This record gives sequence, C-alpha cells and structure tokens, in this order.
Amino acid sequence: MTVRHHLDKNTLMRFASGDLDDAFSVVVASHLAMCEECRNELRMAEDIGGSLIESEEPAELAPGALERIMSSIDVAEAPLQRRESLARDVFADVPLPLRRYVGNRLDEIAWKTAAPGVKRKRIEVDGSSSLYLLHIGPNKVVPEHGHGGAEMTLILSGSYQDALGRFQPGDIADLDEHIEHQPRVEPDAPCICLVATETQTRFKGFFSRLLQPLVGI
Amino acid sequence: MRSVAETTVILDDDVHQASMEAHKRLMEQIVRTGDRAAFKALFVYFGPRIKALMIKAGAEQAVADDLVQDVMMTLWSKAHLYRPDRGAVSTWVYTIARNARIDRLRRRSSQPYDDLDDVELASEEADAEACTLASQQSEGVAIAVADLPEDQRQIIECAFVQDLSQSEIAAKLSLPLGTVKSRMRLAYSKLKRRLEVYQ
Repeated sequence: MTVRHHLDKNTLMRFASGDLDDAFSVVVASHLAMCEECRNELRMAEDIGGSLIESEEPAELAPGALERIMSSIDVAEAPLQRRESLARDVFADVPLPLRRYVGNRLDEIAWKTAAPGVKRKRIEVDGSSSLYLLHIGPNKVVPEHGHGGAEMTLILSGSYQDALGRFQPGDIADLDEHIEHQPRVEPDAPCICLVATETQTRFKGFFSRLLQPLVGI
Repeated sequence: MRSVAETTVILDDDVHQASMEAHKRLMEQIVRTGDRAAFKALFVYFGPRIKALMIKAGAEQAVADDLVQDVMMTLWSKAHLYRPDRGAVSTWVYTIARNARIDRLRRRSSQPYDDLDDVELASEEADAEACTLASQQSEGVAIAVADLPEDQRQIIECAFVQDLSQSEIAAKLSLPLGTVKSRMRLAYSKLKRRLEVYQ
C-alpha cells in the first residue's frame, strides 16, 4: 500500500504522549496500522518519552515496593508464551485497531442509510468526539466547507479527490479547523472511510454536515 | 548486537549507550529464563523514574506507587512483546507508563495502542542490524531532546512528562494554541533532522 497522505506531526506527537481522546486515537491507530512510514515516525516520537523517563530525577518508592512487585511476579504467569496475534485473519480488510468495534470485514458491516447515497455505521466510544464509518456513493460531491473543530478521515476503501489531492486506502486527511475542502468520491467505486469529529454539538465538519439534515448526529 | 558495555571510554554518550545495551540484555534474560534478578535490576532503575513521571503528571503518592507496580507488572508479563528493533527499553517502558496513565489518570482507553502493538507482532523478527539502528536512534533522540531550544523543550516536557493537553499547555505558558502546535511541529522536525545521520 502506498500511503500519500500522512499524519500531521503535531497529531503524531499528541498520540505518542497520550493526548488524543478515544475517537481520534482509534483513527490514528488505524492509520498507523496501514502506514509503516508513520509507525517509524511514531517510534521516534516515543523515543522522546524514553529519553525523558531516563533523565527523570528518581522519586522515593513506598516502603516495601520491591517486595510487593517480587511477590506479584511470583504468582503471575511466566512471561514466556507468545501471545496469539489477532492479526492472523488473512481476509480481514478492517485495520486491526478498528476490528473490536466493527468486526474484521468491510463487507459485513451493518450500515444504516443516513442520506441519499450515504450510509453510516456509528461507533460507540467514550468522550465527546464522534466516531463513525461512512459509505459514500460514487461521484458524490460535498459543498465546499471549513471545519468547526478538528476532523480526521481515514480512507479504508475506494477514493475521493479534493484540493489536497487524491485520497486512497490508508490515506488520512488530518485537518485543522481552518482548512476548507470539497471532496468528490471517484466514479468507479463507493468510498468507505472512518471519521472522527471533535465538536459534536456544532455541525460544521464536512461529514457531520453531510449527515446533519437527515440524521442530526 | 554490539557489546558496548566493555568499553572503557567514559564519555557521557558511551555511558548512556552502555546502560541501554545492559537494559536490553536484562530483557533478554527475563524472556529466556524468567530471570527474577534481571527483573529486579530493571525495577530498581525504572521504578523510581516511573514514579517521578506519574507525580509530575499529577498523580497522588499512593496512586503513583500503584502505577509503578502496574507498569512493572506489565513489563514482566509482556516481556516477550518487547522488540529491541523498536527502540531502547526506556522507550518501551515509557509507552507502558503512558498507556497506564491514559487508563488510570485520564480514564480513557489505551486499547488502540495495544492493538497497534499487535500489528507489529505480526511483522517479522528483528535482525541484529535493525536492533543496532534502533539503539542509535533512541540514543540520538536523547541527545537531540537535550539540545532543543528551551521554548520547544518546555512544550515537549509539558506533553510527555506532565501529561498536559495542548490547551492546558497553552493556558499554562500563556501562549496561543496555534503557537503550541507549531512549536511541537518544530521540535519534531528538529529531532528528525538530527536523526538523518542514522538513516
């Protein structure tokens, strides 16, 4: 997979330091699962945390801390077995961090019609941001718009084009509130994408706006 | 893998590199034989540092002590998931501590991070060269972080150690949110440039 649109570096740093809420973490982790380049960059960002933990001034542990951990590991399972990897389903086309929410296969998702040519699968996560999958029909165009809050879109299948270029599977549109765009789904196939939006109450994001008149998310 | 521990040169970088290699060997011993002495050595080194990190992130003493236990327990039970080709042991410890912080202090879910680890598990085994490269990168980042201009280093510290959100950082430092974001990006590209020598 050749991924052309990657994470904003600020987003990468926020993910590395644990600052994204659940909806955005799922989208970012799903992109990372599809993009080796960003995984390498994440490691570098996590090395920052490693170097900072090394340079911390050691704090005094509670009395008995060492005895406590040593007796905990005695009763724990031996650390030798390799965990069975979830990644073994060869037919799965849903990125791994998303599978626990929607299953392994895109063609088995239970869509609900949200607007003409648009189907949606809402994903329940904690926090105030929304997370959902969209299935948008070929050639569908959306009016030019900016964003009320951050909006992140990961393409899982099909493609769309806007002023920022062509977005194909693995590509992520990691947009700040100020960017305007007008995506058009390409003619050959529907576009399936995973979307996180920051502001639930104000319907200014692209996909939220697309859906708002009919479903009022 | 290089045997750096034997070196007699006492430059700071070499000392750091030597402890990094020593930590990797301790992890190997834990995985190979369930070596309790190796685990104890890592606990003595990392335990107090994890606690310091948690306290700076706003945890009470007792919570910080519990988190030290949780993080080190995870290090023991998931020792086989440590990949030396992905960076220093300290980097891995940081990710475990970060995940514990997300679950306990932020009351959110670190599940996406665990799932992402699973993606890496499915990829092939590390070779010696990749491990050496990863060590060099961890080492390079440590040097580069220490060298960052103060305004960028401060933002990194707020995010990675104090666990502040970007709007909290903006409020704390009386900066516009946009400035926090751009300093974060600047810090990132500085580190990245610094590491290009290893690639």
